[in-house]
Amino acid sequence: MGVGIEVASLNAWYGTNHTLQDITLNIPANHATALIGPSGCGKSTFVRCLNRMHETNPIARVTGTVRIGDLDIYSDAQPVEIRRRVGMVFQRPNPFPTMSIYDNVASGLKLNGYSNRRALDEIVERSLKSSALWDEVKDDLKSKSGASLSGGQQQRLCIARALAVDPEVLLMDEPASALDPVSTSKIEDLIFQLKSQYTIVIVTHNMQQAARVAENTGFFLNGRMVEFDSTHKIFTNPSDKRTEDYITGRFG
Amino acid sequence: MPEIRISHPQVKAELQSPAVTEAAETRTTEVSAVRKFLMSRGNSSFSDRCFHVLMVLCALSIFGIVLFILMELMHTSSLAWNKFGISFFFKTYMDPNTGLPSYWDPVNGHFSAIPFVYGTLVSSLMALVLAVPLAIGVAIFLTEMCPGVLRGPLAFITELLAAIPSIVYGLWAVFILVPLLREHVNPALISTFGWTKLFGADNPTGLGYLSASVILAIMILPIISSLTREVMTAVPHSQREAVLALGATRWEMIRTGVLRNARIGIVGAVILGLGRALGETMAVTMVIGNSAEIHRSLLANGTSMSAVIANEFAEASGDLHRSALIEIGLALFIVTIIVNALARLLVWAVTRGAPARVH
Amino acid sequence: MSVNQTSFRSKWRTLTDRAVSVLAILATLLVIAPLVAIFIYLIVKGASSLNLAFFTQVPKPVGEVGGGMANAVVGSAVLLAIASVIGVPVGIGGGIYLAEFGRGTKLANAIRFTADVLNGVPSIVMGLAAYSLIVLPQGHFSAFSGGVALGIMMIPTVCRTSEEMLLMVPNAIREAALGLGLPNWRAVLSITVKTASPGIITGCMLAFARVAGETAPLIFTALGNSFWSTSLNQPIAALPLQIYVYALSPYDDWHRLAWAGALVLIALIVIAVSLVRYVTSRGVLKGAS
Repeated sequence: MGVGIEVASLNAWYGTNHTLQDITLNIPANHATALIGPSGCGKSTFVRCLNRMHETNPIARVTGTVRIGDLDIYSDAQPVEIRRRVGMVFQRPNPFPTMSIYDNVASGLKLNGYSNRRALDEIVERSLKSSALWDEVKDDLKSKSGASLSGGQQQRLCIARALAVDPEVLLMDEPASALDPVSTSKIEDLIFQLKSQYTIVIVTHNMQQAARVAENTGFFLNGRMVEFDSTHKIFTNPSDKRTEDYITGRFG
Repeated sequence: MPEIRISHPQVKAELQSPAVTEAAETRTTEVSAVRKFLMSRGNSSFSDRCFHVLMVLCALSIFGIVLFILMELMHTSSLAWNKFGISFFFKTYMDPNTGLPSYWDPVNGHFSAIPFVYGTLVSSLMALVLAVPLAIGVAIFLTEMCPGVLRGPLAFITELLAAIPSIVYGLWAVFILVPLLREHVNPALISTFGWTKLFGADNPTGLGYLSASVILAIMILPIISSLTREVMTAVPHSQREAVLALGATRWEMIRTGVLRNARIGIVGAVILGLGRALGETMAVTMVIGNSAEIHRSLLANGTSMSAVIANEFAEASGDLHRSALIEIGLALFIVTIIVNALARLLVWAVTRGAPARVH
Repeated sequence: MSVNQTSFRSKWRTLTDRAVSVLAILATLLVIAPLVAIFIYLIVKGASSLNLAFFTQVPKPVGEVGGGMANAVVGSAVLLAIASVIGVPVGIGGGIYLAEFGRGTKLANAIRFTADVLNGVPSIVMGLAAYSLIVLPQGHFSAFSGGVALGIMMIPTVCRTSEEMLLMVPNAIREAALGLGLPNWRAVLSITVKTASPGIITGCMLAFARVAGETAPLIFTALGNSFWSTSLNQPIAALPLQIYVYALSPYDDWHRLAWAGALVLIALIVIAVSLVRYVTSRGVLKGAS
């Protein structure tokens, strides 16, 4: 089951660049929440703050609180622990090229010391089924490398890899933007299926995608969160004029 | 309001497959097992820190090596240093038997580094004189004139040639180059330029400064050439185009658009070649003749700092002899470090990046 | 300018342009041709002298024809083994620091600079340092001291090539590993280094090939040995040392063996350089299938 995310007064800097300003919102559990906004508005940075990935940049700095479930991720835990509970799927599929499909999916567990072979087999199968990739690769699990699949398959592999460690939250940073329309729609179907088991936060620049997939949507602009509401409301009757301008295509 | 219809995608047939729903069911039962396992793994900050420290230590070993060499050499050369001081590098002795200047006399304990410094300088500078024009010519050809198809193979050959061990060059020099010079080149040089006293006729072996310079030139050519190429390629195309747009010929474009911008780096490449020439040991030892005297004639037998160490160290007679040799080695170390550092700085100034993998 | 002057000027410019083109091509031919000739000469002369006996027999006594350099080949292998124990882990560790931890820092830049400068230091100096450190206190020459001298030489080379290979691994892979909640050391070793391993291995091979051909540092550490010996505490034969001794000897048969030895060294170099080029150019490191 997923957990909710509470963000309070989150500010983020890259060096002197104040990328996120005073973000406060609550992301409900077991729902899909979309984050939309023009390029450079900070939505990717925001999502990376949720699993402390922005810290991989040495000049990054954050203030404010982020609670995932009942855990304050900045003061109660280390980044490594957080990232095992908050999975991430990136914009470009990035399977590990030296590993087979099986090893890719199992990597989050195997490389953390999990050695129960039988259980691993089951987990790999389950994760691949959850990401709707099982039928396509079940005969080549150990013989094909992760990099030999098509773009859409690679992304589903990355989703399976993220799911295998059983996270409570799944962050997706424009997961379909590098894919063709057929793969994109497969990924969207997947998100729709998965959100009942995980809390999903999906960054997208494609408003139709947000509309198709998410119950709630947040609109980011210039490092601030302008509006956060149910998707239906954002797209039919937004409260803020800037949201309306963005939705109608007046900018961005 | 624009039409953005909120519609939930039709759940496709395959997603309703028993596989997915079964997966969802089994997950709830096994959920805690995986999560529990991962939570028990801890936060690894200790092992991460150890790893970081270990890697830093490995990297710092580079500094350690420099310090270690410096310390060891200073320690074992202290005997000679204490005895001779700085005059080690410019004192001349008198041979009691012949009345001629003598520099290196282990029997009588006379040690002066003059002939070796002289030999190293002469052979290295001459090697540069021979190599630099050719290297720059090759670099110009490869960067500006060469058809693309040839570029790859030629670059590959250059890389190979830079990697050939000194002993192999020395072998070739002893059996091919020296006889060639002795039979065909030296007589011509003596007859044409003998009046300059630079080419004396009293060394029939073909060994000597000239042979050493030639083989050194051959050895440093690939390095100077490939680094010059790298520096020339780093000059942005806009520079070339600007000069061409003014109606320049290709040579003028090369001269003003490329060479002028790259000249600092080219100087660096040349100095790097000098650094390699200064330290070159085996090939030089095998053809320079190994005589610890100073002669004006380039055809005379000579010596160099690295050559004398290679020749005499294993059978050195006594601690002072060894210490004197090590002092020469220390001087060589310091000089090559300075020369190489200068060269790398100059090249970096133009390429602005990590210096090349030049061996 | 009058018409005559302008046409003279432009004729002069065309002339210099052509002259320079010709000179550049001549320079290239003058350089490449003899160098290639050296190469071919070595291969031909060496191949005619290379036979199975070279690898299986030890040198015969002076004056007797035949024999080989088996002891030198094995000796070089022993020295390389000692050198790798020192040079490879420390070198790769340094490369990992430069690529994964210190990227862009002043310390990393200083280390990289120093490594490049060290690569240009004459190898005989390394031999002197190893002599001072090991041979002098021990009172005798040994394979161990030779291995140490070579190992120290390997560190800067391996460090730089490892760094270059690691930098070729796309950042997306590192992010994927960290995003999974892998500890940093795991992510670096099992993912990044593993992905770059073809390149790192060939980089080490290049360092081997380079160090295998070094003579100067061995002259007064490993010393050389005309007999069979693999003991670490005794002088040991090495291929380049043997070539050196044989080349300067007056015996034709020994000259023949020297050429054969030179060919073996060249073959090592060619294989190593070619492998490095192959690995770095085919995108093997980026995971292209």
